[in-house]
Amino acid sequence: MKLDQSRAPVFEALQEYRENRIVSFDVPGHKQGKGNPELTGFLGKQCMSVDVNSMKPLDNLCHPVSVIKEAEELMADAFGAAHAFFMVNGTSSAVQAMVMSVCKRGDKIIMPRNVHRSSINALIVCGAVPVYVNPGVNKRLGIPLGMSVESIKKAIAEHPDAKAIIVNNPTYYGVCSNLREIVKLAHEAGMKVLVDEAHGTHFYFGDYMPLSAMSVGADMAAVSMHKTGGSLTQSSALLLGPDISEGYVRQIINLTQTTSASYLLMASLDISRKNLALNGRKIFEYVTELAAYGRSEINKLGGLYAFSRELIDGDTIFDFDPTKISVHTRDIGLAGIEVYDILRDRYDIQIEFGDIGNILAIVSVGDKILNVERLISALYEVKRLYSKDSAGMLDHEYIEPVVICSPQEAFYAEKQQLPLKETVGRICAEFVMCYPPGIPILAPGELITKDALEYIIYAKAKGCNLTGAEDINTEKINIMLEK
Amino acid sequence: MEMWYTEEQTNNVRFSIRCDKQKYSAQSDFQRIEVFSTPEFGDILVLDDRIMLTQKDEFIYHEMITHVPMAVNPDIRNVLVIGAGDGGTVRELAKYRTVENIDMVEIDRMVVDACKEYLPTVACKLDDPRVHIYIDDGLRFVRSVHEKYDLIIVDSTDPFGPGEGLFTSEFYGNCYKALNQDGILVNQHESPFYKSYARSMKQAHKKILQFFPVCKVYQAHIPTYPSGHWLFGFASKKYHPTHDLDEGRWNRLSIDTNYYNTRLHKGCFSLPTYVTKQLMEGEY
Repeated sequence: MKLDQSRAPVFEALQEYRENRIVSFDVPGHKQGKGNPELTGFLGKQCMSVDVNSMKPLDNLCHPVSVIKEAEELMADAFGAAHAFFMVNGTSSAVQAMVMSVCKRGDKIIMPRNVHRSSINALIVCGAVPVYVNPGVNKRLGIPLGMSVESIKKAIAEHPDAKAIIVNNPTYYGVCSNLREIVKLAHEAGMKVLVDEAHGTHFYFGDYMPLSAMSVGADMAAVSMHKTGGSLTQSSALLLGPDISEGYVRQIINLTQTTSASYLLMASLDISRKNLALNGRKIFEYVTELAAYGRSEINKLGGLYAFSRELIDGDTIFDFDPTKISVHTRDIGLAGIEVYDILRDRYDIQIEFGDIGNILAIVSVGDKILNVERLISALYEVKRLYSKDSAGMLDHEYIEPVVICSPQEAFYAEKQQLPLKETVGRICAEFVMCYPPGIPILAPGELITKDALEYIIYAKAKGCNLTGAEDINTEKINIMLEK
Repeated sequence: MEMWYTEEQTNNVRFSIRCDKQKYSAQSDFQRIEVFSTPEFGDILVLDDRIMLTQKDEFIYHEMITHVPMAVNPDIRNVLVIGAGDGGTVRELAKYRTVENIDMVEIDRMVVDACKEYLPTVACKLDDPRVHIYIDDGLRFVRSVHEKYDLIIVDSTDPFGPGEGLFTSEFYGNCYKALNQDGILVNQHESPFYKSYARSMKQAHKKILQFFPVCKVYQAHIPTYPSGHWLFGFASKKYHPTHDLDEGRWNRLSIDTNYYNTRLHKGCFSLPTYVTKQLMEGEY
């Protein structure tokens, strides 16, 4: 880091603005909170007084020239990127901007199928065509793996005209791919590497972390500062490597980004970046210790398996995020989603997600040891009071997609709603996924197989929150009408 | 100069005690610890701006949290005390020659050290050979224990800050598991009077009910705690707190007390109607 990371230009400008006691005849209409006493009482005067519109001393996110520009430079410096954008529409918008910056309609893009819906959403918007790489599944745990170097080589050889590769690094579970090698292969083939690093903010600041996208020369990376970095929900950053045009990416971002960017979100990015740059090493050392302690205590119990770096195999699990507490629950006869529900309903503990065979607890900058003790002790109780025979439990998590047409073509095609059970053999025209984690079971343009349908019905029965379909109860699915 | 210790018992209620001087003040990893000497209440222990005990009224709390379960089952030999870093609960337990082992689990070593130095009348039995002090989180300690103790006393702070984990389902469930077949759990149960405390009180009752077949609540009057009206929980796998009380047997032990007696024992489980109503909200 070359710049003075103790600076926080947006934060400083907002403080200055507050002290100047400006009379505002601009939006927002609540005028520093005075026009909405109930909301001000709830959020606090401090907060409302800086919920302001862009203006000369505060710069403008759509076209930054002063304090936002400086803050973005500090962000880039902290992450080792050539440029950084503050993103206020979530990491989804950063992922979307990455895809749209390198692909046009009809362009091919190589990606694992277990991406977050935001990646495939981007394909619906821009019309690029996915080339899916099967990430494979860890048989025992049922979790999708990283992308193997061989599968990337094969995809590049078969689709030399592809424009880019998206890598999900780390996956929601914490699995990392061999990013350095993937970047090398892609660049040799003239392809860009886009990294969905939504769960990897801390890779840039902690010691002994998996390699970050920028450190191995990836072209673009989307980092969710709000997920593990401490900024406000919905705030995020898009990082660029040296070979991507900053100006063009800004144009792409501005196609869909709000023109009234929230200063609360931007200030939170600015202050969080400062904190991570100055204290990140210490913070993530503690977080790593907490997570390691949590896993070892959970593993002492038996029955529950908190997995981590022992799974590393040099390829599909090239590395593993040490700050995650991912726990395999199937051996005590409970689906992850069931443990997730028990923890919330019986123990007042909210974890990140539970799927068919696993739960995931995120440990981050805000955690303390006593909270981890609660999670451990609650899991001891879950095992004592709720464990069942694990026979007959579904064990696989990845369903091989059969892609018939591009997501855009399917999404905008003539379609019909059919009851779930009548859809086998038809082409899906929408998403079906459990949220969280938001990884599609079916994406637009894919054949609805018996496996996929069984999985959806099982996930529903176990209490997963199914989303994506036009029918909010996911009792019917939109299918493409045959031409 | 006048010096007053003022506690915000609720956002709208304050309680003040005149102080002579501050004897101790320190920040531990968990909380702020202070000892003041006062003309009315003697030395007082304050954690994170909450009075934990005063020399003048601590006997009420410590006798009630200890002698009620001990009188119900005087055969109790092996006791786990969670929290209780000031030593008052241990002092009362040590009065029973039949108690063979007292494991005390306190999260904050600095509380124990401060009380030994500044509140010797309370901490006086912490060096009894039957007492084993573990500096640990109670929740962590109890989760690996199976059917070991005859009695668990939860002498905790309020359910915010370091005491939070001691008001959870996972804690009560693990306590159930750590108790013998005829085990008793007694806990500091907050107060029914002010809303914020009543909420904790109701939730604690509801959570304990999930695990124990016998679940009762009893009361005491503790002048320096918010509203002065304080509750304790009595949960047990077997014994009923009043039906199974053998008054003669306990009285023959000739334990020296200033608040507790067996007549009071029978009365303290008779609760005011508004308290019973609040507890019933948790039972359905």
